Parts: sequence; structure tokens; C-alpha cells
Amino acid sequence: MINNPKSGMTLIVKTITRLTVGLILLFGIYIILHGHLSPGGGFAGGVIVALSFVHIMLAFGKDVAMSKISIGLASNLESIGALMFLVVALMGFLGGAFFMNILAKGRPFELFSAGTIPLSNISIGIKVGVGLFAIFMALVILEGTKK
Amino acid sequence: MELHILLIFMIFAAIVSLEIKDLLSSVVAIGAVGFALCLAFLVLKAPDLAITQLVVEILCLVILIRATIRKDLPLVIEGRWVFNTISTLVFVGIFLLFSWWALKELPPFGKPIMAVVRRYLEEGLSKTGAVNLDTAVILDFRAYDTLGEATVLFTSVIGLMAILRRPGRKE
Amino acid sequence: MVLYFLCLVLFCIGLYGVLRKRNIVKIIIGLGIIEYAVNLFFVLLGYRFYGRAPLHAVDQKILNMVDPLPQAIVLTSIVIGLGITALLIAIAIRIYERYGTFDITKIKRLKG
Repeated sequence: MINNPKSGMTLIVKTITRLTVGLILLFGIYIILHGHLSPGGGFAGGVIVALSFVHIMLAFGKDVAMSKISIGLASNLESIGALMFLVVALMGFLGGAFFMNILAKGRPFELFSAGTIPLSNISIGIKVGVGLFAIFMALVILEGTKK
Repeated sequence: MELHILLIFMIFAAIVSLEIKDLLSSVVAIGAVGFALCLAFLVLKAPDLAITQLVVEILCLVILIRATIRKDLPLVIEGRWVFNTISTLVFVGIFLLFSWWALKELPPFGKPIMAVVRRYLEEGLSKTGAVNLDTAVILDFRAYDTLGEATVLFTSVIGLMAILRRPGRKE
Repeated sequence: MVLYFLCLVLFCIGLYGVLRKRNIVKIIIGLGIIEYAVNLFFVLLGYRFYGRAPLHAVDQKILNMVDPLPQAIVLTSIVIGLGITALLIAIAIRIYERYGTFDITKIKRLKG
């Protein structure tokens, strides 16, 4: 991201993006992890993570963004997220039923509580975030190679 | 009282976005409808939904603008335009008339019956350990629906990549 | 009662957009309006006067919360609506490349 060629937007947008895109990603991860304590959850946090990647792509052009996450890596990560959700569901068979909540419940208002709910939140956050960024990248690559 | 104002604003913005000729302006107007809906969710005491609706609206606007920029074209009116419009308006009018009678059967606004949810509210914290009852409902009591929704999103990503594929030879 | 009726008026505006417009992007926008109206109707069904948001607090004694079940269903529906809109926009882009127009009365060739 150190280059300033003719691609992407103006210099002001690039400077502000360099300062704030890390904070947006961190905010998205915070909303995913605290899904069982405050409003938010896996879906909203996943979309915020996807928005941070889209921000990089809009400000710097598509070459810089694709050097960070290529389409092959995005497909693999999305499949891993979906498979993790299924593994958490199948783990419930150890407790007696599909999707049973089997880990320790803990005390309320703590970060490590509520059984398998934080694990489900993380897997859904990965899946939604990377999947929506793959949608946007497919749209941008199509526009670039139009004849 | 605030809900009435927000709903009337949404109706005006929706009419504007459908009737205006420029495509970029109509996309901006649908963004206004989405933001007013986020405010309505906040007034109705649903913070989870307000966060999700806000960020989904932003992503939807980015995708729509990406698709409609520089692609305008003038349309010309032809054919039986008057008859088609009037028949559509008559159909919509009959639908609204019957719905006014049918809506009298619902419980009045602000006093729901809540026969099923009483058990979720009382036993939610002790059975799952989660403080946020929305997350406890979608990830513990009703986790099948979340599995179905993950499948739908997955299918939509696969379908989109299959549509936008460039058939070509490797060079 | 009037609130439910205004919600259905919004739904009918979206329905008019889907039925009577000739530009594909306007049809997609009408579908988005229909989806906003249905989500709002669901959440309106579960509101309780002087209720609280469905989150426990540290020092809470009374338990009058609004209904969390419609909120869970609408959360799923919002994200599915985004997937639908993205797929429709991809089809619209493909149609523009092939036919050169967004007008639905000129897209008549079914083969090729």
C-alpha cells in the first residue's frame, strides 16, 4: 500500500484509509466476539469485516486488494467457516441431540460463557464476512476485463 | 407518534425513488428509505436489528451504485399505457380495502399475546447462559433457521460466481 | 392499527414498481422496497408499550421485554435480502452486456 500510481482515488482518501481501516476491522471483530453480551452477533460483525475489505478495494484499486486476499483464498476461507458451523452442530450429538449446547455455561456477563454460542458466532462471522467480500470482488473483476 | 412520521417519510422516499428518471438519484433515494428503517428499528427497541440493517444497507448501496453508474438510457412510452396503469391501481386499491378489514382481527398495537415467548424470556438466561436473548434464540433455541440461512448465503455466493465467469482460453 | 395499514401501503408501492416499470434496475429497487415493508411489519407485531430491549441488565427486577422471536426471524431475513439483491444485480449486468439496454420490452430473444 506504499505506492501512489494512477489507480484508486485521490491522495486524501488514501491517507484517511490508511489510518482508519485497521480500526474498522477491529470493531467488527469486537462485535463478533461480544455477541452474547451486547447487541450485535455474527451477522452484523461479519458484514462490518467485509466492509473493511471493500474499503481497501475502493480506495486503492483492485490490485492492492487482491494481493492481500485472492479469490482462491476467499473461497477456501468461506468453506472453512461453513464447515466449522457444521462441526459445532454435530458436536451436540455428544450431549444427546443435534445442536445441543454442551460446553460449560459459566457465569453470566463474562466473555467465556454461554456454551457453544461464541464458537457459532465466530464461524458465522468468518463465513459472512469473506463471502460478501468475494461477491464484491467478482463484480469488480468483471468490470475490469470487459472488452 | 415518531413511528407515524418515519413511515410517512419512507412512503414519500419510496415514491420518489421509483418515479425519478436518473438511475443514480433513485439509488440514493432507496438509501434514504433504508436509513429511516434503521431509525424505526431503534424506536421499536431492537438494537440488534438496527446495527444489521445499517451495515447491510451500506453494502447494498455500494453494490447498486457499482452496477448503475454510467449506464443510463432514455425510455419512450408506447402501447396501451393508460389501461395498464389504471388496472394496476384498481387491483392495488381492492387489495388495500380487504386488508383494512383483515387487519382488525390482529391484537391491538402494543399489547401482544406472547403465549410462546414467555418461556423463552423466563428460562433464557438459566438454560443458555447468554445475556443477549436475541443471540440465545437464534443460536440455541432456533439454530436450524441459522443453518438454513447460512446455506442460502452460500448458494447465493456460488451462483453469483457462476454467472460472472468469463469463458476464455488460458494464455 | 394505522401503523399496520401504512406498512401495507409501502408494500403496495413496491408491488407497483415491480409490475409496471420497464427498467430492470427499477424492478430490483421495487423488490427491495417490498422486503423493507415486510421486515417492518414483523417487528411491529412484537412491540409492547413501556417494554425494554431484550437484554438482561445487572440490577434488573421486572421482566417486561419486547418480543425477541420476531427480531430473530427478521435478522435472518435482512441478510438473505442482501444475497438476493446481489444476485439480481449480477444478472442485470450480464443482460446489459449482451443486449446493450436495460429495457425489458427489448429483451426477447430466448436462444443464443
